[in-house]
Amino acid sequence: MYRIAAALLFCAVTQAQNVGRPATETEIKAKDLTVLPSGAGLPGGKGDAARGKTVYKEKCAVCHNDNAEGRPGQYPALAGGVGSLKSDKPLKTVGSYWPYATTLIDYVHRAMPYDNPRTLPIDDVYAVSAFLLFKSGVITETLELNEKSILQVKMPNRDGFVPDARPDVKSKP
Amino acid sequence: MCYDAFNSMKAPKQNRRRFLALGAGLAGLTACKKTVPSEIGAGVRAYGERSPLEKAARDVKESITPGTGATRTPLQDLDGIITPSSLHFERHHAGVPSIDRAKHEILLHGMVEQPMVFTMDDLRRFPSVSRIYFIECSGNGGGELAGNPQPDPQKAAGLLSCSEWTGVPLSTLLKAARLKPEAKWVVAEGADACLMARSIPMEKALDDILVAYGQNGEAIRPEQGYPVRLVVPGWEGNINVKWLHRLHVVDQPAMTRDETAHYTDLMPDGKAQMFTFVMEAKSIITRPAGGQKLAYGPGPYEVTGVAWSGKGKIQRVEVSVDNGQTWTDAELQTPVLSKAITRFRLPWQWAGKAAALQSRCTDETGYTQPTIEALNAVRGYRSTYHCNAIKTWHVKEDGSVTHV
Ligand code: HEC
Repeated sequence: MYRIAAALLFCAVTQAQNVGRPATETEIKAKDLTVLPSGAGLPGGKGDAARGKTVYKEKCAVCHNDNAEGRPGQYPALAGGVGSLKSDKPLKTVGSYWPYATTLIDYVHRAMPYDNPRTLPIDDVYAVSAFLLFKSGVITETLELNEKSILQVKMPNRDGFVPDARPDVKSKP
Repeated sequence: MCYDAFNSMKAPKQNRRRFLALGAGLAGLTACKKTVPSEIGAGVRAYGERSPLEKAARDVKESITPGTGATRTPLQDLDGIITPSSLHFERHHAGVPSIDRAKHEILLHGMVEQPMVFTMDDLRRFPSVSRIYFIECSGNGGGELAGNPQPDPQKAAGLLSCSEWTGVPLSTLLKAARLKPEAKWVVAEGADACLMARSIPMEKALDDILVAYGQNGEAIRPEQGYPVRLVVPGWEGNINVKWLHRLHVVDQPAMTRDETAHYTDLMPDGKAQMFTFVMEAKSIITRPAGGQKLAYGPGPYEVTGVAWSGKGKIQRVEVSVDNGQTWTDAELQTPVLSKAITRFRLPWQWAGKAAALQSRCTDETGYTQPTIEALNAVRGYRSTYHCNAIKTWHVKEDGSVTHV
C-alpha cells in the first residue's frame, strides 16, 4: 500500500508536468527579440540612411567613431573592408563579413547602444542599420529599410560561409 | 610568526611558484624558529578562504572596452582536474550582471505546445544531475594560431576550466513544454546587458545539455552565469550561455551576431567556417612550462599537464622531450571522464641539456591533436578560433623554460 503510494508520487515528480507555469502572450511579446533570417520576428518599422546618419552621430559615433571606422582594439569598425577577407589584414565588418542583414536589426535592437541598450525607437534601429549598410555600399542612400525591404538586401558575404569541416587537419605528420 | 617570515620574503614571480618558489619556501621554513606554533590558532569562519600564502590568480587586465574581455585560469598552478570556481576563466560581452535569484525566470517559448516559465525554485523540482565537464572558449590559443606563441600555460591555454556542474537536462524542460514537429533549433539568450544569444541544433539540445545552477557544489558564481547557465558539453564556450533567461524554439538558426560575425573561422581562401561547435582534442604541459625553472639542476622531475576533448574521453597522451621526434605514453589519472579535463603525468630525468617538451593527445574517436604547422597549413593564420595545436616548451641548459 505504502509502496504503491510512493511509486505514484515518484512518477508525478519525474514527469513534472505541473512544474513551472504557462507563459502568457504578453510576456512572450515583451521579451521576444529574436529575428530570424526568414524575417520571422522582424519588428515593424522603417528608416533610411539620411535619418540614420543623424541617429549614428547622436548615438553611436562616440564609440564607433565618426565614419564607423571604429577605434582599434576598443570599439569595432562597423563599415568598410568589403573585399578584404582574403588579404593578410581582413577587416570584418557588418558590410564585409555579416551574411544576413536581419542579424543587424536583431543585434542593434537587442544590444546597442552598448551602454544604453534597447532605448532606440524601432524606426531608428532601421535607419541606423540603413546608414551602416549604405556606408559599406550594400544599399543605396535612398532605400527605405523596413521589415519587407530588408529581406531583399543581399549582403556581399552572403555566400562566404561554409559548414564546419572538422576534422579538417591531419593529426599525424 | 612563520607566516610573517613567509610574507616578508619577496614573492617570486607567481607563475614560477612550483619550480622556483618551492626551494625558497623551504628555506623560509627552516629560518623559522618553530614550524608548529604553540599558540592557539585562528577561530572558525563562515566561508573558508585559502591560505594567504597562496597567490594563484586569474590574469586580470582591465579591458579598454568596459565589460568585454577575458581572464584566464592559471593552469600552471592547479592540480587534478577541477578548476576552483574562483579561478574559472571569464569571457564577457557586456560585463557581469547582478541578478536576483528570487526574481529570475526562464521563458521557454516558440515551437512548443505549451510555452512555459520556470523560476529557479521550479528548476530544482525537476530531477537534476551533476556532471564534470570542461568549458573552453573557442578563442583559446588564438595567439598560437596567429603565430604568436604565448609565454606560459595560463596565457597559452587558460581560457579552459573544468567544474562539476549541477542542473536539469535541457531535454527535460523541452519535453515539459512539448516540442512541435517543426522545432529544429533552440535560441538561448542570456540576461546580460547585450542579451547574448546563440542557436543550438535540436539534436544537441535533446542530448546532454544541462540547465545548470550549481558549480562545484555551490551556486554558480556570478561571472559564470548566476543563477543559471547552459552547460553544453564539449562545445565552444560562447554557446554555454550564461545568465540564461530565454529559450526560443525555432525552425532555423537565428544567425545571431555571435555565430556569424564572431566565432566563425576565416579560412585562407576567404570563406569562413561556421557552426564549429565541438572543441577538438587538445592537451598542454602545465609543469614544467614557460615561465618556470627546473630549479634543482639535472635530475628527476615530473612532467604533468591536462588533456581534453569535446568528442568524449581522452584515450592517450604522449609526451616528447625532443620536439616531437620520439614519444612516450604518459599516465592518465583515473577516472577518465568524457568531455572533462584528464590529468596526465610522466616522470622525467632531465639530463641538464636543452629540451623541447610537447604533449599530444588522442581521444576515444581516434582523433589525434595536430601540430601547429599542420593546423596553420589548413586554416592559415587568421582563423582566430578553435586552435587545438600541440604546444612546445623549450627547456634551456640553465633550466629555464620558455615558449621560444
Ligand atoms: C558606449 C560605446 C558604444 C556605443 C555608444 C555604441 N556601441 Fe556598438 N559596440 C560597442 C562595443 C563595445 C561593441 C562590441 C561588443 C562585444 O564585444 O561583444 C559594439 C558592437 C557593435 C556592433 C557589432 C560589431 C561586430 O562586428 O561585432 C554593431 C553592429 C554596433 N555595435 C552598432 C552600434 C550602433 C548602431 C550604435 C548606435 C545606435 C552603437 N553600436 C553604439 C560599443 C558601443
